[in-house]
Amino acid sequence: MNPVSELIKNLADQNGRNRHSLLPILQGVVEQEKYLSEYSMIEIARELDLPASEVFGTATFYSFLEYKKMGKYIIRVCKTITCSMKGKNQILLAIEDMLKIDVGETTPDGVFSLLQTNCLGFCHKAPAMLVNNEVYTDMTPEKVRDILSSYLKKQKEGGSHDN
Amino acid sequence: MTISYQLKRADFIFKNQNDWEEVLSKSISRTPQELINELISSELKGRGGAGFPTGLKWKLTAEISDSTKYVICNADEGEPGTFKDREILSMVPFKVLTGMAVCGYVIGAKEGYIYLRGEYFFLLPELNKIIREFEYYCKEIKFDFTIRIFMGSGAYICGEETALFESMEGKRGEPRNKPPYPSNYGYMGKPTVINNVETLAHTYTIFKYGAKRFYDLGVQYSRGSKLFSVSGDTPKPGIYELELGMSLADFVEEFGDGDTKAVQVGGASGFLVPRKRFNETAIGFQGKLVGISLPTGGSMMLFNSSRSMFNVLDNYLEFFREESCGQCTPCRVGCQQLLKGIKAVKRGEKNTKYLDKLLRLTETMKLTAKCGLGQSVANSFSSIVENFREEMIY
Repeated sequence: MNPVSELIKNLADQNGRNRHSLLPILQGVVEQEKYLSEYSMIEIARELDLPASEVFGTATFYSFLEYKKMGKYIIRVCKTITCSMKGKNQILLAIEDMLKIDVGETTPDGVFSLLQTNCLGFCHKAPAMLVNNEVYTDMTPEKVRDILSSYLKKQKEGGSHDN
Repeated sequence: MTISYQLKRADFIFKNQNDWEEVLSKSISRTPQELINELISSELKGRGGAGFPTGLKWKLTAEISDSTKYVICNADEGEPGTFKDREILSMVPFKVLTGMAVCGYVIGAKEGYIYLRGEYFFLLPELNKIIREFEYYCKEIKFDFTIRIFMGSGAYICGEETALFESMEGKRGEPRNKPPYPSNYGYMGKPTVINNVETLAHTYTIFKYGAKRFYDLGVQYSRGSKLFSVSGDTPKPGIYELELGMSLADFVEEFGDGDTKAVQVGGASGFLVPRKRFNETAIGFQGKLVGISLPTGGSMMLFNSSRSMFNVLDNYLEFFREESCGQCTPCRVGCQQLLKGIKAVKRGEKNTKYLDKLLRLTETMKLTAKCGLGQSVANSFSSIVENFREEMIY
């Protein structure tokens, strides 16, 4: 059995096969796979006995449910007003420079994806960013380089930093 | 007109939660009617921003007879500049859970949900642990109430109560038409009380100390204290509990950097107040206060003279354009056109009178948009364009 199909089956066993189980299942797949492929969405539709279009329509509504292939670590830099005022662009530049990708892109080795996001709720510690579910605040270009280096190091050591 | 209400600090929310077992067991030994009366006489209003009287909300839901009802805690804190709910859930979660359980007792609900925004996923393990401890005690005192966490996935609109229900039901987070209201037709079509995190934490204070302690704070129509999320150009960003009703001038004196040009009250969906109006603006719910009274979910963002109000508005509009659910035309197209419009005026491609046309568009959105998102774009747009027109043009 395809590992994604198995994951979806397990998630459906855990959360149920009702319409209101859909979001937890979508989230569970994104947690593992980092994004929802067309294949996953069709599989979920089959498992829940829903039209695939309904699954697609629901999934694409939510900004954290990616439907494009993403890297292992998804960096989301907050771009809302306070973070923007406190130097969000400097942080983005530092990341772009270090990883050699633009916003919306993934590194060729599939390790990092860079995105912007709306208010993370850390305006008092701006600028803020998320790497997967981990929050980093009071960012500076130096700090962001250190953080990414530590992820790179983890990656090289072959460690599985699961979050 | 000058307002004389002063800034006063309060300290209820983050004060110890260690007596939650006592507060819970004592509360549920009283009659639901007593508890509702206590809440009504405290004059607590919803702390998410809209300010609906909490006691009335519980009462309306209690009066509907149905064997299945729900209590939902709205922790989809997404308004730019707001970050207090996360702090409550990390510092005093038992207060929130107790508030939910007492609500369940009052209205006759056995299930509670916390809708937690995806951005706060890191709170999940700790919260689940606390919920298990809480439920264990409920079982011990033979009180039937369970709490589950439902995670959001990055959609601002899901903080709107009916969009939140849709999201929990596994659908796109698109707001429903109102009426019917949640007290009749909420989650899964069942009578539902949905309260903001902070509102529930305040009910704890009220059930513990009685309505009077709460009512004695604040001013007429705006009773009690409130958490304020202070950010922007301020030497002391953070979360502060203050009595409602203070004048904005006092607030700026305490939190400004000496060069405050304007304050955004209530986040991107709120109002921008320019310096010349600080004196006549009070922070609280609409009532018979002197001058202008602005409600807020607690977001207070300060801007000093180095900030361009064009950039601020541009940032808000981009936010709304992305977060509009797209269901109704006034909001979906309106947000796009407003953003395009101010950029065109700035570049000189449109005559400055075009700003007046855009202002009329926000009026239309206010009248015709389906939910609070589309309706409130007019707040920040008109207060910025009217007060800083020259910055929009040059």
